[in-house]
Amino acid sequence: MSHLETLYLSHLPPSLPIHISLFRDLRNAAFLREQLLSGNSAFEYAFVDASMILSRTHILAAIFRAVNSHISSRLKSRNVHSEIVFCLSPNNNIAESFRKFGITDATKDLLVVKVSVTPDITHDTVAGHLAEVIEATPLPFDDETLATLSNVSKIRKVYKLGPALATAATTPSHINGAGDHEKKVLEACLLGAMALRGAS
Amino acid sequence: MESAHIPPLPSIFMHTNPSPTLIAQGAEAHLYKTSFLTPSTPAALKIRPSKPYRHPILDRRLSRQRILHEARCLVKLMREGVLVPGVLALDWEGSNNNNNENDAGNQQTGGAWLLMEWIEGPSVRLVLEKWEVWMKRRLQLLQPLESGSPKRTEPLKCVEEQEEEERVRDLMRKIGYAVGSMHKAGVIHGDLTTSNIILRKNAIKDRENNNSERLDDITIADSVTAVGDEELQAMDGEIVLIDFGLAGQSTQEEDRAVDLYVLERAFGSAHPRTEGYFGALLQAYRESFKGAPNVLRKLEEVRMRGRKRSMVG
Repeated sequence: MSHLETLYLSHLPPSLPIHISLFRDLRNAAFLREQLLSGNSAFEYAFVDASMILSRTHILAAIFRAVNSHISSRLKSRNVHSEIVFCLSPNNNIAESFRKFGITDATKDLLVVKVSVTPDITHDTVAGHLAEVIEATPLPFDDETLATLSNVSKIRKVYKLGPALATAATTPSHINGAGDHEKKVLEACLLGAMALRGAS
Repeated sequence: MESAHIPPLPSIFMHTNPSPTLIAQGAEAHLYKTSFLTPSTPAALKIRPSKPYRHPILDRRLSRQRILHEARCLVKLMREGVLVPGVLALDWEGSNNNNNENDAGNQQTGGAWLLMEWIEGPSVRLVLEKWEVWMKRRLQLLQPLESGSPKRTEPLKCVEEQEEEERVRDLMRKIGYAVGSMHKAGVIHGDLTTSNIILRKNAIKDRENNNSERLDDITIADSVTAVGDEELQAMDGEIVLIDFGLAGQSTQEEDRAVDLYVLERAFGSAHPRTEGYFGALLQAYRESFKGAPNVLRKLEEVRMRGRKRSMVG
């Protein structure tokens, strides 16, 4: 019933698998947010508003940076899970990044990420706990599904990328796949903005 | 300094499986091919190893500054729609800072790194080298015929040469346009050579060709093999500029003109047969943005005196 995906990212040690699950029509957003705010360690997840995620690569890049900071003991926020939400941000304001990319009471579609920071966190324990506490419909974590949930104009706004973006020069007119090309360019801009975050 | 010595990878890449493969090594940086997120996504990894002869604080500051500089230029160009490798991930601190400052031996494994999108395709240098070989062979084949009956073969040769010229001119125009869009975005490359310009196959056009022009493709291919020639070097695709290690942000005519001058010299020395086509490149550059004609005027000046500005006066 659950669609929890467990994966390993290039360069990250095999001892740190990553568990990701996507949900639609979340009914208990306020409760989940409450758990985060109260610091309930059982709810140590990255709860991401799925409307702010463009693609798998988008969120995986944020996870990569967060786990890299975790490994080298350079976390800027409380733990690797809050760091994932922070790593989506194009600027250094942690509270703002939580408001924009994290779960809010209005969150409809939710992306949950958990890193196995200790060996007792496994696919089964995460799947079991999520099934218990998340009141929503599980969805497969793939680009097609994410595309139906993401709010592209809002993403562009938060990353300060103009609505048109200067892709006119490179987009080969209106052939099939031009939209595809535009999404690729947008994704590349998001990754660049995320990677440069914090550079002074 | 021993040139064969390869410094250890930053710690995050030390256990990567398969291990990143070294593809180029310069004085300032090492370039590896590896992957990003999934093993099936190729990526270029640029590492600026720390220099043991520099003071650690200065060393860290320099690596950090330079890797950030390159990343900023790439991100800026990507936002402006110029074709360059996208920035995938970046670490300007270098790894192993967690092992305390007194662990001097481990400082060596530091060094800032930059993961970039992998650009698949031959460099323009390779494309032109192959083309020059092809042209040479062509002329050799035609020469004995010419001496026998010059008048009959001449028109044939002319058609073929014109087609070839058009292909090269088209490539040069694309390069001129790419350099122009980069300058328009306010970035100076700093090391424009034909090795730093990649001809990437256009995926979308490819799909189109497969659908509608399959028949034409076959006939063209047949005619080529019928002539019994070496494989013609493909010149279609999109121009992608790479290696922004010496890039900077500037909108000065002087800096832009020097960029063009360096490129012109690179063409002249590496590809003498293409020198006559550089005008096509400059023409496309002229049309690529508003300030271009002024840059070309400045280029005349730079040609007279060379890359370095005179310090007299």
